[in-house]
Amino acid sequence: MALLEVKNLGITFGGLHAVDDFSFNVQKGQLYGLIGPNGAGKTTVFNMLTGVYKPTAGGFTLDGENLTGRPPIEINRKGIARTFQNIRLFKDMSVADNVKVGLHNGKKYTIAEGILRLPRFFKEERELDERAMELLGVFGLEKERDVLASNLPYGKQRKLEIARALATNPKLLLLDEPAAGMNPNETAELMDTIRFVRDKFDMTILLIEHDMKLVSGICEEISVLNFGQELAHGVTAEVLNDPKVITAYLGE
Amino acid sequence: MNTKKKKLIKNIISVCIVIAIYLLIFILIKAGALSRHYQSLLVPIGINVILAVSLNLTVGFLGELTLGHAGFMSVGAYAGCLFSIYCDLPTVIEFPLSLIVGGLAAAVFGIIIGIPALRLKGDYLAIVTLAFGEIIRSVITNMDFLGGAGGLKGIEKYGSTLSGFTVVFAVLVITVLIIRNLVQSRHGRAICAIRDNVIAAESVGINVVFYKLLAFVAAAFFAGAAGVLYGHNLGILKPATFDFNKSIEILVIVVLGGMGSITGSIISAVVITILPEVLRGLDDYRLLIYAVVLIAMMLLNNNAKFNEFKENLKMKLSPKKKAAANAKEGE
Repeated sequence: MALLEVKNLGITFGGLHAVDDFSFNVQKGQLYGLIGPNGAGKTTVFNMLTGVYKPTAGGFTLDGENLTGRPPIEINRKGIARTFQNIRLFKDMSVADNVKVGLHNGKKYTIAEGILRLPRFFKEERELDERAMELLGVFGLEKERDVLASNLPYGKQRKLEIARALATNPKLLLLDEPAAGMNPNETAELMDTIRFVRDKFDMTILLIEHDMKLVSGICEEISVLNFGQELAHGVTAEVLNDPKVITAYLGE
Repeated sequence: MNTKKKKLIKNIISVCIVIAIYLLIFILIKAGALSRHYQSLLVPIGINVILAVSLNLTVGFLGELTLGHAGFMSVGAYAGCLFSIYCDLPTVIEFPLSLIVGGLAAAVFGIIIGIPALRLKGDYLAIVTLAFGEIIRSVITNMDFLGGAGGLKGIEKYGSTLSGFTVVFAVLVITVLIIRNLVQSRHGRAICAIRDNVIAAESVGINVVFYKLLAFVAAAFFAGAAGVLYGHNLGILKPATFDFNKSIEILVIVVLGGMGSITGSIISAVVITILPEVLRGLDDYRLLIYAVVLIAMMLLNNNAKFNEFKENLKMKLSPKKKAAANAKEGE
């Protein structure tokens, strides 16, 4: 059974079929790519998978559990975490605190325990500290732990967003254009990081990307969306050479 | 280990400062160095600090603009003071109970208002909370058993300036401690995360509705308790006191002190409460100068160069931070 099974997923806004009859499966441990021209509906798919939008047709299951139309909080707790195309960090909080917000639901001390500073508060806060530093370490952000998130350079903000998503301990990680705005060197580094994350955390990753070097470099399988409909899917190299796909991207 | 020690030292210093401030004012009162006029300001200052720090929780940390703080204050004031009028317990038990009753009454209103209102954002929430404050005021004015426009009389006053100050100071310290500890916990981080980005907060599983309500209700609770302190200070409660202007005054204190800064709120509450009284000698120009000083302080607070200067000053005052900064520059 695939970790993520998307079946006939569709959503309409008014009369517009933003995504229509879209199906794909992501196996556990896979790096799966979602590509397509601008406005094809890729981010809309992500928004449905994370509960921001409710699908109007079809649905999806994670580990066999139907999560279609559940609220974002619940979907995150069930194991789907994401990053955003336009970075959404907690910009007035420190780098370490950003990750700690991600770790929030992993800790159990109550409001009263926090206010009264009971032993469990100190124990769990210490664990939070350690875990946050561990995650920041993966992305080489330990030195910036006390820096405000908004003061980080762009590339590091992207990394911090991934670290924060990983902090929620997901089964599936959704990356929305992780390489957007990066130069070739940064992109190459990012590819290594994504591979590293997959191996170290035993993570399944679904990503949207326009950078074909990155897509062909790390994605094992991809689906191509065009005007909300699936154009092709399969092994990356084959799909990218498909004349239909080339036409959709470059025109006739 | 090292950071733990530093934290401990910091906490000890904070406790010492609190005790020192109390002793200083205690001695000033005992020695008669404070005029009656300034003595009468002590309790209002404390009340404003509590109001400002609690409002900072919603405006500064949660990032939602609310203009109904005086409304919560009045609910708490009337509930708490009615309780102490009709209750016949020894003061030692009755007074803390009246504070809790006032706080809880305000908190209940916080929940009632918060559940529908917190679906709104920005200006809309501000207007709804503003309306709430005004509704509460007119309801109280028209209720006979609350004394109507004439006010609720017969509230037991503090025995002396010193006892009044002691009580308010104790409540103030507890309030600041609770709010500080709340903010510096995982729950406080969740509240700040909502302020910074709601969508991202939801995406990492933060229960946005719950934490918005928590911040809103906690702020209402302390505003209510402050109201009870206020009632016992004057011995009479008039609905007209809790109007729109009072809410704005608290908001001004919070904005001036810096959103999300508890220390800032405390300092600015003290300054803003004393300022009009210090300027009393200037008679006709008093309000003009008060306004100009406010504008000047706001401009200064938003000035990048002034903030840089403040940061540098902080660095100079703590040599370790300076060394760290130098090391960073050298890298």
